[in-house]
Amino acid sequence: MQKLVEIASGVSNGSLSASAVVEQHLARIDVRESEIHAFNLVTADQARLDAAKVDADVKSGKKVGALAGVPIAVKDNMCTRGVETTCSSKILQGWKPPYDATVVTKLRAAGAIIIGKTNLDEFAMGSSTENSAFGPTKNPHDISRVPGGSSGGSAAAVAAGFAAASLGSDTGGSIRQPAALCGVVGVKPTYGVVSRYGLVAFASSLDQIGPFTCDVRDAATLLEVISGHDPLDSTSIPQPAPSLVSVLEHGVAGMRIGRVTDLPEGCEADVLERLESAFDALRSAGATIVDIKLPSIQYCLTAYYLIAPAEASSNLARYDGVRYGNRVDAADLNSMYAATREAGFGEEVKRRIMLGTYALSAGYYDAYYGKALKVRRLISDDFARAYQSVDTILTPTSPSVAFEFGSKTDNPLAMYLCDVFTIPTNLAGHPAMSVPFGTGAHSMPVGVQVLAPTLGEQAMFKVAAELERAS
Amino acid sequence: MSDVAALPNGWQLIVGLEVHVELATKTKMFSASANRFGDEPNTNIDPVTLGLPGALPVLNQHAIELAMRIGLALNCKVQPCTFHRKNYFYPDLPKAYQITQYDNPLNVDGHLMLPGEVRIGIERAHLEEDTGKSTHFGGSSGRIHGSDYSLIDFNRAGVPLVEIVSRPDIRTSEQARQYVAELRSILLAVGASDAKMEEGSMRCDVNVSVHKPGTPFGTRCEIKNVNSIRSVGRAIDYESRRQVDLIESGGTIRQETRHWDDSTGRTETLRTKEDADDYRYFLEPDLVPLIPDPEWIEAVRAALPILPAARRLALAELCGVDKDGESALVVVERGQDDYVGAVISAGGDPRRAVIYVQQAFAEQGATPKVPAKDLAALTILERDAKVTSTQAKTLLTDLIEAGGGDVLAMAAKRGFETLDTSAVEEMVDAAIAAEPGAWQKYCNGEDKALGALVGAVMKSSKGKADGKVITALLQSKKNS
Repeated sequence: MQKLVEIASGVSNGSLSASAVVEQHLARIDVRESEIHAFNLVTADQARLDAAKVDADVKSGKKVGALAGVPIAVKDNMCTRGVETTCSSKILQGWKPPYDATVVTKLRAAGAIIIGKTNLDEFAMGSSTENSAFGPTKNPHDISRVPGGSSGGSAAAVAAGFAAASLGSDTGGSIRQPAALCGVVGVKPTYGVVSRYGLVAFASSLDQIGPFTCDVRDAATLLEVISGHDPLDSTSIPQPAPSLVSVLEHGVAGMRIGRVTDLPEGCEADVLERLESAFDALRSAGATIVDIKLPSIQYCLTAYYLIAPAEASSNLARYDGVRYGNRVDAADLNSMYAATREAGFGEEVKRRIMLGTYALSAGYYDAYYGKALKVRRLISDDFARAYQSVDTILTPTSPSVAFEFGSKTDNPLAMYLCDVFTIPTNLAGHPAMSVPFGTGAHSMPVGVQVLAPTLGEQAMFKVAAELERAS
Repeated sequence: MSDVAALPNGWQLIVGLEVHVELATKTKMFSASANRFGDEPNTNIDPVTLGLPGALPVLNQHAIELAMRIGLALNCKVQPCTFHRKNYFYPDLPKAYQITQYDNPLNVDGHLMLPGEVRIGIERAHLEEDTGKSTHFGGSSGRIHGSDYSLIDFNRAGVPLVEIVSRPDIRTSEQARQYVAELRSILLAVGASDAKMEEGSMRCDVNVSVHKPGTPFGTRCEIKNVNSIRSVGRAIDYESRRQVDLIESGGTIRQETRHWDDSTGRTETLRTKEDADDYRYFLEPDLVPLIPDPEWIEAVRAALPILPAARRLALAELCGVDKDGESALVVVERGQDDYVGAVISAGGDPRRAVIYVQQAFAEQGATPKVPAKDLAALTILERDAKVTSTQAKTLLTDLIEAGGGDVLAMAAKRGFETLDTSAVEEMVDAAIAAEPGAWQKYCNGEDKALGALVGAVMKSSKGKADGKVITALLQSKKNS
């Protein structure tokens, strides 16, 4: 598989043709997409036009961007001007945004070629892509297994070689968990590092866009391009993009890596075994492993499943059939609302809207939403204490390797547990990334998760690069 | 205006007002779309205004500044604040939530003074966004239920609003009218809003309850759709009588929202508390807390203009009129108080200056075309009885039409040559001789007889003698 940095340097120095690169990726899509279903939409024609333009620019001596000619897939919850953006929901099927998300604008400006919109759990609610209204995505390593979710399409697209990189969004683990299950690198940056403008909101205080790539260097390169302050997003951190590629060779000598001793139970033995070898590898590279406790971690899943649905119930209220998206006509306004939302939303989305509406209702707010906000402060405090004695923390990304289709669909709680290790970072707003680290049961990929404090991306990438060298 | 009598049987009226004003910003509360009234429907829109998926709000700095001006002008404390989402479904609310301020508003704890040193507390003045405007077609009610179809104009959606919430300190409908009028003149003075009730850039919700002094406040009803200062008074008078009548006939007041119908002069139930929405307020995650820099607050405070109440007081002291009287109110409202000051500085008679401007300068705006020195000259001419007050009015009209000029020349052109007192005295003596009966009655203390004598002098002088001078001469002759 061609690396993003190799394509970009080859295209910009003229040794590679962007058009040829795009054709190679489209050819792989032709062969395998029908069984994988990574995409809701492959924008082949536009990709060819964009590639030809990059080649012409190179030929005429124009300066091209850091991602010149790199085919990138974009999760179908990021707005692309004039190109259908569905969130894998029937309610938005056919909707073409009149504007580009900031990340899409940045990709285009850097010369990247957007090759398609990838499948997801409807409105990013799920951990397997089984909640997509348009059918699930298959794991390229074993098509009887899920790719993870909600950004399963983006993870699968990179793992299958359909794109050199992709963008996903991570609200409770939706980048890191599918990255682990598909054997690719996935990064959730610090909240506010990447603009959310144009990302269709699921839970606004938790959502963050990040890259999927084949390796750590590609992830650092892509993250440098898409991050940075955006005046269109009030929660965007007013700081320039962090320098990440520059630290990849720094090693981890002298770094302190946290091992969480009160980690929630229920993790597969193979996954824990891979985590231990990761600690060993870092120790051999000169890092110190420090035991830490995160006592509030046991409440995080519960708190998350109040906060995220509460925000979602508000964010998804706009899909009412009045202005855009699909409408089911009915005799009066309230019946039209009900019929539209009944037909337009899938079961999991409805479940979360109900849950969130309830959690915010008068008389229940304090007991549910209010309490969840307290847990959010507690876990932040836990992390703050821990980061006094460590630079980064290492945990499993997912408690298990990729599971088989249908194995958790009847039990929402079992599905929610997929995110038990990833959710705490979202609640704290911290960065975390999943790095492939060998295989587990059924020879499926295992990822380990590197956590860091707010704006600790450099430390996180140093550790991730070291793990990659050791794997 | 007929003031409705106080409520019967010792009932006391309690009123609080919630006034929404659209801010005079160039762009909307959270986006770069134009904030302009009267444009083609759905032209001032963008992804943020329409609440398109993925769009995010960004605070308008100018809106914050205008809201701070309002708060400071109302003696509020300006404080760090947050934004919340108020969730409800309605077609003209594009995101299905309104971004507003909830438990931490920008401005709190202010007050506004009414004539007679009546202090009305201001609980808060917070920022929020307006909704789109729905128009319902077909059906009888003009409301969405029962209509054939509805059209929505999103030009108004996202327009910045400040909601000014008074404490329930208002005790009469007259005070309520004065409150709205005073608030409006403050908003205009600080340039925060054009405050046009007829265009909806200033809208009042009126909370009305009644109680007997010494007992707790009664259950209140909120009245919506009150679109003029006059309606504020009428709605309160109607609603308070309705409540008293209902209680006295054994009923109880339900907490509800009522609709004012200006054509029938009545309020009617819009919705009761039971079917009120649960707005599920929560902190708006797309915005960060707004923490105005203390230096910014002080700069805004320092740049505030002198407020209407202070200007009325200054004008009243300068001209010797009542600070709560019509002249001071009208002249300051039109912003002509500086002009009156200039007329006085040019040697004009203070009292005449303010009254001339009040009565004749309604169309002139804050900077009348007539040079201050010309108007000053006219007031002196009248004060010194060189022209009669009737002639002075004519000359004032001439002066306004000509946009200024030499008043003496204008008087001469009109033939208003001045009569000296000796000439008038001769005519007075002639009139006494010609009307001995009237003179006798006048000397016996019948003041009614004065008219005939003055009239006779006026007639012989062909209107050129000053009535005041004639009266003074008659008076002195009677006393001598």
